[in-house]
This record gives sequence, C-alpha cells and structure tokens, in this order.
Amino acid sequence: MNKFDFDWKPVALVPVLALLVFPFIGSPSTWVTLTVAGLAMGMIIFIIASGLTLVFGLMDVLNFGHGVFIALGAFVATSVLGAMGDYTGSSSLWVNMMAVLPAMVVAMLVAGAVGLAFERFIVRPVYGNHLKQILITMGGMIIGEELIKVIWGPLQIPLPLPEGMRGTIFFGDAGIEKYRLIAVVVGLLVFGALLWVLTRTKIGLLIRAGVQDREMVESLGYRIKMLFIGVFVVGSALAGLGGVMWGLYQQSVVPQMGAQVNVLIFIVLIIGGLGSTSGALIGALLVGLMANYTGFLVPKAALFSNIALMMAILLWRPQGVYALSK
Amino acid sequence: MLTRLLSNDFPRSRILAVLLVVLLFALAFAPFLFPGVKALNVAAKILVFIVLVASFDLLLGYTGIVSFAQTMFFGIGAYGIAIASTGMGPGWTAIAVGLVVSLALSFVLALAVGLFSLRVRAIFFSMITLAVAAAFQTLASQLSDITGGEDGLTFKMPEVLSPGFQWAQEPLFGVSLDGRLLCYYLLFVVTLVALLAMLRIVNSPFGRVLQAIRENEFRAEAIGYPVVVYRTTSSVLSALFATVAGALLAIWLRYNGPDTSLSFEVMLDVLLIVVIGGMGTIYGAAVGAGIFVFAQSYLQDLLKLASEATGSLPWLSALLSPDRWLLWLGLLFVLSVYYFPTGVVGRLRALRAGG
Repeated sequence: MNKFDFDWKPVALVPVLALLVFPFIGSPSTWVTLTVAGLAMGMIIFIIASGLTLVFGLMDVLNFGHGVFIALGAFVATSVLGAMGDYTGSSSLWVNMMAVLPAMVVAMLVAGAVGLAFERFIVRPVYGNHLKQILITMGGMIIGEELIKVIWGPLQIPLPLPEGMRGTIFFGDAGIEKYRLIAVVVGLLVFGALLWVLTRTKIGLLIRAGVQDREMVESLGYRIKMLFIGVFVVGSALAGLGGVMWGLYQQSVVPQMGAQVNVLIFIVLIIGGLGSTSGALIGALLVGLMANYTGFLVPKAALFSNIALMMAILLWRPQGVYALSK
Repeated sequence: MLTRLLSNDFPRSRILAVLLVVLLFALAFAPFLFPGVKALNVAAKILVFIVLVASFDLLLGYTGIVSFAQTMFFGIGAYGIAIASTGMGPGWTAIAVGLVVSLALSFVLALAVGLFSLRVRAIFFSMITLAVAAAFQTLASQLSDITGGEDGLTFKMPEVLSPGFQWAQEPLFGVSLDGRLLCYYLLFVVTLVALLAMLRIVNSPFGRVLQAIRENEFRAEAIGYPVVVYRTTSSVLSALFATVAGALLAIWLRYNGPDTSLSFEVMLDVLLIVVIGGMGTIYGAAVGAGIFVFAQSYLQDLLKLASEATGSLPWLSALLSPDRWLLWLGLLFVLSVYYFPTGVVGRLRALRAGG
C-alpha cells in the first residue's frame, strides 16, 4: 500500500473514543487508570485475535473453536505456575519472570501442538465449505472444553499473579496496576514481532500475498497449504499465550473461558474486518477500552456496549474498518 | 387431502413414512400408551423440540446459514410466558400477552440482526448471533428482578391446564382425565399445526428461492432475487417459530430458567438433532427430535451405569461420567457432520433411490 493513501480514519477511532468518554468519567486520574486498563485488555485480545484473522484471510477458514486454545493455554499455565511456587512466591519481578516465561512457552507449545492436530482432524476435511466448517469447529470447541474439564476438573481454578507483578504504580493520582503495564509491553512485543514477520520477511510477504490472492501465490509454485498450517499453528500458540495473560488478568480460569473470550474476539474481528491484522488491532483496542469504560460507568451493560459499538461500526463500514478487497 | 396437508412433500421413502406414522401415533396417544409422569414429560419435550428443531432447519437446512441464537428466541418465548404469568397472575390473558410480546420482540431482534449481518456475508451472521445470544444470556441472569436470575421463575397456568383440574370423574383406559392431559394435547395440536405450516413454507415458491440461495447465492442474486431480503425473512420466520416453541415449553413445565431454555447446551442439542435427522428436510426434524430426546432421556442413565461399572479405572470413569455428556454429544456431532451429513432422512431416501 502506498504510504500516502493510508486510511487513517479507523486509527483515529481509538483516541476519539477515549476522549469522548472523558467528560462522562470526570476525574482525569480515573480516566488514565481506565484507559491503561482498556489498552492492556485490548492488547491481550489482539494477541488472541491475530491468529484467527490471519487464518481466515489466508484460507477463508473461520475457526469457531479458537476459544479452546485460549482455555488450554490458561490451564497449562496454572499447572506450570503451580509447580513453580518458589519462583512465583518471590517478590522480585525478574524471579517471577523465571516462572511466567516458561509457563507462557509451555502454554504456547501445547496450544500449538493441539492446533496442529485440530487442523489435521477437524478443519482439513471441510475446506471450502463454510457451513460445515462452522458446525465442525464448534463441535471441536465443545469436545476440547469437555476434555479440559476431564483433565483439570470442571471448577474454577485460581491463577494468582506472582508476588512481584502485583501492586499499583502511581503517576500523580492515577494508579496503574503493574500487571497491566506488563500486558501492554508483552502485547506491543508480540505486535512488533508480528509486524516484523509480516512486513520484513519472505514468509510474511507470502502470507500477505496469499491473503490477497491465494491462487496467484500457488501458481508461482509456493505450497500455500504448508504456509496455512504454519499460520494455524502459530495462531493457536498465540491464543495459548493470550490465554495465559487473560488468566493472569482475571486471576482465575474456568473451562468456559474460551467460549466467553471467543465472543469478544468475534466482535473484534467484525469491527476490524475479517482477515485484516491492523483492523484486528484497532478492533481489540476499541473493545478493550469500551469494556473498561462501561464497566466503570454502567457495569451491567458491558457486553451490550461492545455489541452496540460493533453495530455502529457496521453502519459506517459494513465490512469492518479495514475490509479485504475480495 | 393428504397432498394438500403435506404440501405435496411426501416422505419419499417407505421406511421414513412408517417411522413418521409410528411417531405421530405414539405422540398422539402417548398419555394412554405410556403411562407415568416421566414418559409424558419425554413426549412433551419431543413435541417442543420438533417445533424448535424444525424452525432451526428452516435456517440451517433450507437457507444454508448457521445461527447460534436459536435458543435466544426459544428463551424469549419461554420467558414471555413466564414473566407474564408471574406478573399478571395465571390466566389466558397472561399467556396471550406473553406470547404476543415475545413474538414482537423476536421479530424486531431477528430483523435487526439479519439486516446488520446478512447484507455483508453469511458468516457474519453466525458470529453476530453468537455474540448477541451470549449478551442476552448474561442479561437474562442479571435482570434477576424480572427473570428470576439463575433460579428462574415458577408460575401457574390457567386452571383448565393444571393437574388438579378434573373434567371427567371416570378415568378413560386407566388414565385420569385432568388438566395435564389437556395441556399435553394443546402442545400436540400446536406442534402439528406449526410443523405443517413450516412444511408449507419450505414448499412454497418462497421456500424454493431459499433453496436456490443455499445452492448458489451468486446465481440466485443474478436471476433477480434479493438474497438479503430472502435470508432475513427466513431468519425472522425461524425466530418466530422458535419463540412459539419456547412458549410451549414454558406452558408445559410451568417453570423457566436460563438452563432450560437459554443455555448453549440446548443449542447443541438442536444442532445435533438437525444433523442427525437430516438437514433440509422438515421430516428430519421430527424424526431426529423423536429419536434424540428419547435417547437423551434414557441414555444418560446408561452412561451413569457405565461410569459406575468402570469405577476401577478412574480415567475411563471420568470420561464416562454423566457430567461429560456434552463430550459424547460433541463427538457424535462432529462424526455425524463428517460421515452422516444427510442424516436419517437423507440416508433413507438414498436407499430408495439406489434400490
């Protein structure tokens, strides 16, 4: 895309939303707290949504079972962190990292491996048939959720933040929880890595080309199937990572969390435009901010506010803010 | 006469015809053939599910779009009756008001969701219905002053439909002629009429257009049929029938809560029945609902026995526990979509065409 005709309007939506609600919230310090919390939540949602949107863009496959990888990642993290009590109990952030990083890596590996199997046995037989895809992946989601219940039990498991990540940092009057800052940093790192892979490497070039015109890439001799499997596995692994972060954010995990987050992810994808990565980022930030603002102003309307937001965006751009030109 | 009633859409398979007649006969005389409270409850549940599943088949099987909000409309119907009967006291006016209000609400919601999502891509519809249904479920448990929250609402029906009402002193064939019996036949008649109405809809010119859109959306649009309008109309019709099914459920149970009508589990049941029965055949909904509800009501006991029998192998026992019922449903669902996509009705019809 030419730098000069970059479509800036959707990007402006995020600050516009943040400024619009400012008068309703009143106190600047509360506003800062909520905005940072919203951005942190948005970054986590983006990590989860990015894989799903790429998979759809590449192969026209919408995976309704994406939520399973979120829950799987979070539950793996409870096991790993539970086994590393010495590290999580320490008050030093760096020692905590020694526990959280392996938990994230293991969660990503497990989610990625399950993703590989999911692609092979659930998704591959129904390429090109949307109706069956929706049905099958939904079935896969239910099976996955039930298997999680068999392994870890059906009840809520606490996932306490490691000692060093708790607490609040004050900037003037505005208190910001440490973990939210960490989430923003991790989110930015993942976003940067994704951006780098997508725009600066050959694989990224092929992925972007495949999203735009699959047949052309195939006719140039690239096996787009392999590329797709790779993207699917990475997407599942990212969902697992997002699950760990979501679990730490909520400080507890339930087997149903996959289905709950899935709903948010779908709203994000619809807002962003199916298949668009930058759209997914904007959608995720909007949803994260909206959820935190309404959670503060009218707690009962949290989920509805996101649906209202989605409806408003669809009135403006029926295909989502960045529609793929297909 | 029969041709008119069935809208010229015959079962087209001898075995299927026999199955349908047996089902009709069994449901029509269920109170006399299968005495006992549980048997009658199972029969009534089959009736409610026939309407619900057929309404979903209108969307999935005939129009080719997947909605995850069918239980939302089902719930609206059930809550309509429940809230009206609780607020206004038992009576026919309460039932009428509840039904009309919930039908209107379903109409508006289905229209809004359809217009917003179907003008872009059919896949949007699935995603948006999932989101809206989740939001509605949260709302229903949050507004506990009106909906009773997680506990739900227990309410009374007009006296004529209550078990205490005896309209004949002498029992007939050993069955006491009470309000419960009348209630059952109310359900039976409404189900029969709704099923025939849906059969009429899918065999009308309108239904043909829906099937044309299912087969090839682009071509249907090119011939000059506005796809969005047809798909939205179909989703509205489907929502209205689901609302009626919900109202029937509430009338029968005299109770409604989130688990009975709104939960995702019910949605999964509906999906599975449509696939097992055969997508795109209203008869499949009837046969599927009959088989499935019957199996569900009695198989869970079997699963419990199996779980207890394998108590020495804790891992296997955990898999077979009745709490893991959904696991087996999910597996069955995935396998049916792969290996049994045309369902019972499709198989039976293919059998006849082949031999």
